[in-house]
This record gives sequence, C-alpha cells and structure tokens, in this order.
Amino acid sequence: MPTTVSMTVNGKKVSGQVEPRTLLVQFIRETLGLTGTHVGCDTSQCGACVVHVDGKSVKSCTMLAAQAEGANVLTIEGLATDGKLHPMQEAFREHHGLQCGFCTPGMVMSAIDLVKNNKNPSEHEIREWLEGNICRCTGYHNIVKAIAAGAKAMA
Amino acid sequence: MPEGTGIGASVRRREDARFLTGSGTYTDDINRPGQTYAVMVRSPHAHAKIKKIDKSKASAMPGFVACFTGDDMKVGGLPCGWLVKNQDGTPMVEPPHPVLAQEYVRHVGDIVAVVIGETKQQARDAADALVVDYGVMPAAVSLKEAVKPGAPQVWEQAKGNICYDWGLGDKAAVDAAFAKAAKVAKLDLVNNRLIPNAMEPRAAIGEFDRATGDYTLYTTSQNPHVIRLLMGAFVLSIPESKLRIVAPDVGGGFGSKIFHYAEEAIVTWATGQIKKPIKWTAERSESFMSDAHGRDHVSHAEMAMDKDGKFLALRVETLANMGAYLSTFSTCVPTYLYATLLAGVYTTPAIFCNVKAVFTNTVPVDAYRGAGRPEATFMLERLVDVCAKEMKMDPAEIRRKNFIQPSQFPYQTPVALQYDTGNYDATLDMALKMIDYKGFPARKEAAAKKGKLRGIGISCYIEACGIAPSAVVGSLGARAGLYECANVRVHPTGSVSIFTGSHAHGQGHETTFAQVVSEKLGVPLEQIDIVHGDTGKIAFGMGTYGSRSIAVGGAALVKALDKVIAKGKKIAAHLMEASEKDVEFKDGKFQVAGTDKAKTFGEVALTAYVPHNYPITELEPGLEEQAFYDPLNFTYPSGCYIAEVEIDKDTGTIEVARFVASDDFGKIINPMIVEGQVHGGIAQGLGQAMLETCVYDKDGQLLTGSYNDYAMPRADDFPSFEVQHSDKPTPCTHNPLGVKGCGEAGAIGSPPALINAICNALGVGHMDMPATNEKIWRAANAHAARAAE
Ligand code: FES
Ligand code: FES
Repeated sequence: MPTTVSMTVNGKKVSGQVEPRTLLVQFIRETLGLTGTHVGCDTSQCGACVVHVDGKSVKSCTMLAAQAEGANVLTIEGLATDGKLHPMQEAFREHHGLQCGFCTPGMVMSAIDLVKNNKNPSEHEIREWLEGNICRCTGYHNIVKAIAAGAKAMA
Repeated sequence: MPEGTGIGASVRRREDARFLTGSGTYTDDINRPGQTYAVMVRSPHAHAKIKKIDKSKASAMPGFVACFTGDDMKVGGLPCGWLVKNQDGTPMVEPPHPVLAQEYVRHVGDIVAVVIGETKQQARDAADALVVDYGVMPAAVSLKEAVKPGAPQVWEQAKGNICYDWGLGDKAAVDAAFAKAAKVAKLDLVNNRLIPNAMEPRAAIGEFDRATGDYTLYTTSQNPHVIRLLMGAFVLSIPESKLRIVAPDVGGGFGSKIFHYAEEAIVTWATGQIKKPIKWTAERSESFMSDAHGRDHVSHAEMAMDKDGKFLALRVETLANMGAYLSTFSTCVPTYLYATLLAGVYTTPAIFCNVKAVFTNTVPVDAYRGAGRPEATFMLERLVDVCAKEMKMDPAEIRRKNFIQPSQFPYQTPVALQYDTGNYDATLDMALKMIDYKGFPARKEAAAKKGKLRGIGISCYIEACGIAPSAVVGSLGARAGLYECANVRVHPTGSVSIFTGSHAHGQGHETTFAQVVSEKLGVPLEQIDIVHGDTGKIAFGMGTYGSRSIAVGGAALVKALDKVIAKGKKIAAHLMEASEKDVEFKDGKFQVAGTDKAKTFGEVALTAYVPHNYPITELEPGLEEQAFYDPLNFTYPSGCYIAEVEIDKDTGTIEVARFVASDDFGKIINPMIVEGQVHGGIAQGLGQAMLETCVYDKDGQLLTGSYNDYAMPRADDFPSFEVQHSDKPTPCTHNPLGVKGCGEAGAIGSPPALINAICNALGVGHMDMPATNEKIWRAANAHAARAAE
C-alpha cells in the first residue's frame, strides 16, 4: 500500500507516493529522477549511493525512503551553486580523481563529510575513510590526492 | 610538459563536468515512455535438466506483463568470435550458446526465463512466483577435476570436457634445447579466477518502434557496433538498418562489457513481442554470476638455461577454463593473446606452449583487463625469478642478461609476434633507480629490527596492444576484422564533430581525441565534439578493448583529419589562386609557402559549404571525411614494475611499502590520463595478487557472490603509486601517432612484481595468488621454523 513521503532534497521540498519497501536511493533516482546518485551493489558496500541526510553522509541504499521523512537530503546534483563547482568537485576535476564517473558522486559526497569532521586529513586518514567507497577505475591514487586538495580548498 | 591543448598536454578532462555534477547518462538513468521491467530467472544449480516451468502463478501476479522461456524464444545462439584449431588441425568443439536455456542449465546464473512486469517490484514478485522444476545433475567445476577421467560432462560432444588442445611454437627445437641445458627451472602455478566488477552493473533497454519497425537497444557496452553485428546477424536476424545500439555513458568495462550477452538479446526480442520498452538492470549479485569472469589458468612451466643463466628454451603446459559456454572472445584469450607473449622481453630462442581449454559448469570466462597477457606475464616473470634463484643470480641481472637489445628490432619472437621497437634496459634502470634498489639490503635490515620481513620484486612486462591487424588475426581464426573507423565532420562555421568507433567508459577519449584534432587542425577544444557509442550516429566501429583506442581509433582519426586537410588545401589553393602543392597547413592556417598569403581553417570550411568561389568541376562542396584504419602490426608497450613489501610475521599482514612503475608507451597524448590508467591497472593487478579470487564449491555454487565474500581492493589496501614514463621512450613505428596504448599495462605488470616481492621476503619458491594473510602467515611461520632449525 503506497504511502506518502516528504522531505527536502537539494533545498527543495518534495514528496511522493512510494511502497513502504522503497529505498531512499530508489526514491531519489526513480521518483525524483535525480540519477546522479548511483546503485553499485545490493549489499551496502560500494558507496556509489552516498548522499547527505541531515548533514551526514549516508548510503542511501541502506535506508527506506520513509525513514527520511522530514529530513534534509543533499545529493550530488545539489552541490554546485550558480554553475560553480563545489571545491571538492573542482579538486576531483583538477587531480583526475575520476575515470568512468560511476563511483564519483558517492566519493565526492563521502569526501565532503570527511572534511567536515577533519579539516586536514592525512593520506592515511583519507584512505581509511574511503573504506566504504569502492572505485574500480582509479586505483584510488588520484582520489586520495583530490580529497587532500579539496580539503585545503574547503578550509 | 607542453602547455595548451595539443598532443602531450595534461589537459583536464572535458567529460568530468557532467560526471561530477551527477548529469552523466548511464543506461539505468534512461527511461523510455511506457517502459516495463524485466527480471531474469536464473538457475540456482550448476548443472540440471529443466523438467518443467509453470508460469501459472507468476502470470496471475499483479502487474505481470509477460514471461518467456527457451521454448518461446527460438532464435539463434550467442556466437563465439574466434575459431581455434586443435594441434591436429581439427576445429575446436563449439557447442550452442542459447540465449534462454534449452532443456539444460549449465552454470549457476544461467537464464531460464525472463519475467516482465509493469514496475520493477512487480516484475521481481512475479519472477519469484515462477515455478521451475529441475533435475539436478553432477557438475564439473574446477579445472583439475574437470579433466579427470570420469568427470561429469558439461557437453556430450566435448569428450573429457576439452574444447581444444592447441599448441604454438617449435616443440622439437624446445626438446633439443632442454636436452643440452645446464640448468632447468620449473614452476607450477595457478592464475586465479577473477570477477571483473566494473562499478556500473550491466543494464539493457529494448525499445521497438511500431511506426518504423526499428529496434533500439541501450546497453552497457564497450563496442555497440559489434553488438549490432552479432545480435542482428546471428541471434535475432534483424538487419543492421533496423537496429540501433546505443552505449551511453558506461561505468567501467575492463573487458567485461565487450561481449554480447543474453540479456541484450532478450530485451530486444521481447520488446518486439510486447511492443513496449523493456528495461533490465543487473543487481550486483547477478553481475557476479553472469558477467564473464577472467583468468583461471593452471600451468606448468620449465625454462632451460645455459651455465651462465642465458635462456635457451621455454616449455609451458596450460589448462584454461572456458566456463560452460564460449563467450565472444573466450577462445582467443588463452591462445593468441597468451602464448604469443611468452617470449616476454627476452631472447629465448625456442618456445613451445600447449593449451587445453576446458568446459566447466561455471560462468563463461573471457577477456578481463589484459586478457591472456597478464597470465603470460605472471607465468614468465615468476619463472624468471625462479631461474635467478636457481642460478644464484640477482633478479635484475638475469633479466638484463636476457633482454632483447635495441639493436635487434624488429625482433621476430619464436611465438609469432614481431616486436617493432623497445628499450627494456631503459625502463629497468629507471625503475631500479626510482626504488633505490641498491639501498634495499639496508631497508631489509631496518625492517628486520622491527621484526618485519621486507621483500622486493621486479617484473618486466611486454604486451601486444593496438588490436589488431585484420589479416593476421583472420589467418589465426578471428571471425571479424579489427580495424577502426573515424569520421570528421567540419561544420560551415569551423566547429568540428568527430564520430569515432572507439568507445570511452572511463578512458577520457572526449579529451584525448579532441587533443589530437586540436593539434592537427588548430581548432580550439571548445569547438570540437567527440561523438561515440551510438550506431545511429557513427558509421562503424569495432570498439574499445585491448588498449586499441588511441593506437587504432586514434590512427583512423588522423587518417580522416589528413583527408580533411588535403581537401582544405585544394579549396585554399583555389581561393588564393595558388598551386595546391605550394599550400601548406600549419597552426590552423592554409598558407602559400614563403608568402604571407593565408586562409584560415574557418574560411576554408565556410567556402566548402558556401561554394560561390569554388573549384566546383573538380571538387564536391562540403567538408567531411571518413577513414578506416587497419593496423599493420600490434603495438608493444613495455616497462618495469617493482614492488617492495613488508610482512608482519605474527599476523601475516602485508603492507605494500612502495610500488614503482616505469612504462614505455611510445608517444603520449595526455600524460595525466595515461598515469591514471596505470594507477587503475596496478590496483587491479595488486587486487588479483593480494585479495581477489572467485571461489566455487565442489557442486558449482558460487561462494564469492557478493562484496561480502569477494575481496575488492579498497583505498586502504594500497600506498600511492610512483608512476613515470620511460626517459628513453620508443614510439610505435607503424602508426601515425607513434602511440602504443596504456590501458592494460598496470594489470599485466603488477601481479608478478608483488608475488616476487612476497616470495623474496619469505624466502619461498612460489606462492599462488591471492597472497592472503593466511597463506603468508603459514609461509612466514614455516620459514621461521626453518630458520630456527
Ligand atoms: S548501492 Fe549503496 S552501497 Fe552499494
Ligand atoms: S571512476 Fe570508475 S569506479 Fe571510480
């Protein structure tokens, strides 16, 4: 039986009818059509689906849409302002921190949450933080570089 | 580093703007009006007879649209692209590869039926309600078991489960060399089975247009034209003119998205039945049991040496797993992409390799990043270390002693290939310097003081890329040509659209190809558009794999650009009333040599479309050219990788302390992108060496079927890599850009470097991949026990 969920996504109030079993990531991708958030696994391990819920990075495949009722959600589409990339997005571009781009939205959203909590993360801290984000293309090398540079730019 | 946007500049990628803002368009991001959803019903058994399929419950479920089984879908089988012959000249056993299982299922994940529903959830619920009655049969699973007498048969027609028994090289010469060898080094090794795991799961949308009768398939493919050809001609009998394949943004491939998969044919055929678009997106667990796997070899190798450690002959016996069906390129991987590389960078004069390809009740095995070349390199570079140990020589020295020298090119190997150029000392020297090889004993000692075992391992790889000269591969059994196609459309006001048959799924072609165009035509990047991945727009193409895009696709592009320039010269000569042979094209201008008379590229383009003052009797209006390029030879990237590891004896944990790479890719278009390709390749190679392996139980159940069980490399498994390009690069001699390709090198060169380092640290002769903590702990403690004796 469909239920109505309402939340704020990228600063806009949205609501939709969903089945109770609908995951937050499905609501974002299918109901709202925000396809920047990706699905890379079915066991909550790849991190392609990371968004911010009330300011914290969350794997949106581990949460029901109904659990985000009333929450403030930020997806990759909501990061750039007035056509200007967020400093973390810019750092990924500058340091070639992406190849196929599939893991990228999750990586960027995770990275921003890291820097919120740790203004100047070491290489080791960045690598440990990324435990929950899998990238098959970059070997993580340039992602780590990009996050370190992004942290500096966000300071 | 060159400034600007031309060849050699680290131009930042143009495609990133969309990927970084969430505006990429991957297949699953596409939705078509009236779309329905498909769920594949897959076999839970490795080998079984399908006794009965009962659709009644499923078809009564809410939102049910349709269900098709092998009885409903009578179409052609999925074709295999390469015919390999047995040593006696007879053809390989080539069993059928039905799109939907016919009577039997042959691996866990084999598709039994497709269920289509109005929503994804409804399709899933209806699929769960489909009742399939199986008669379970014994399964042949591992290579070693499958070739034993009396093993269960995957195919009746393949006796002993052998697909082919193939050989390459001069067996008599090898036997003679072994008979007079001073020393022989021997090695048994396994190349572990891998699951590719591109981060974007495969997906496909079929759409039928009632008005025109045309079919469109959106799919996660590295080569849309190849899919059109295979699916149209062999499976569904749809003429190319009625079939459009779109491969939009694709989230990584690594080989696994080359092949024509059943799901593509199913959604395309079924949309013609129900006349509604159908979307299928794999769940990750489906990817594990349906994407073609990689590697899976068991080998024995022997190297004969003279008394000074010079290689005299190499003998190799390999069993290669094909899985249950022959996937598109499966048969050429352990033969023409493997045994042909067994000379490596060495002058070994005689080589013989025997490969037996084996059917098992497992997912088909096919090309995965490197495809055959990592298997050859792992075998050879491990064996060379065993040789060094046998001869009590330094591993760097024994390599150097056997290198093909720069003066020997072109060098004909005893296993069919002719290397055009290379400088193997240069990359070895560079890597030794980067890692401070001389300082290693001191570092080992320092580690020992902390109770750690430190080891160093070298690997000198070579690969055959730029796949491939059509006539050569045709004579070896390829059923297709492997050229590439490019089309350059200059618009009236001077902007340029490039239509390429290469496909980017992470490689950054929209940047590198534009750099080539910008360099050649002098047009700024912003006015260059690279179009790929749509058979409706691009004339033809063979796609991206085998590090072929820049070497073959880039060469086709240069050929087409040269045609544009040639025509432009004619137009400019007419405009300037000069002789065509006096006109030269430089920096975006057609100039009469030795004068200041010039016409810009834009002026010439406009004239071509507004031909008021035009040599109309000799020349057609318009400025658009197309070229096909078929390479004359493979390209041969090479290099040297060195790993240094530190092992904790008490826990068996391993830290990759440093990893250095020195590669010779010839000419480089964009160093930033090339380095990124090497980083990614190294991580995949180290993943194979340290973490990843596909495990089936004896009944053929896939035990590593999710990220809970299959160890994907994570950021904290690696250090940063130190990657440099050779300081004495050797540009390819036979393509117009001098490029060799760089996509697979990292995955090819890195596994032996790491295992050599681990064996060096532990003082053991060999360790099979992946070198897990447990294996290392056991070896380290056996070693400690030995040392105590
Ligand atoms: S899709 Fe959410 S973690 Fe993989
Ligand atoms: S860029 Fe492709 S998975 Fe990370």
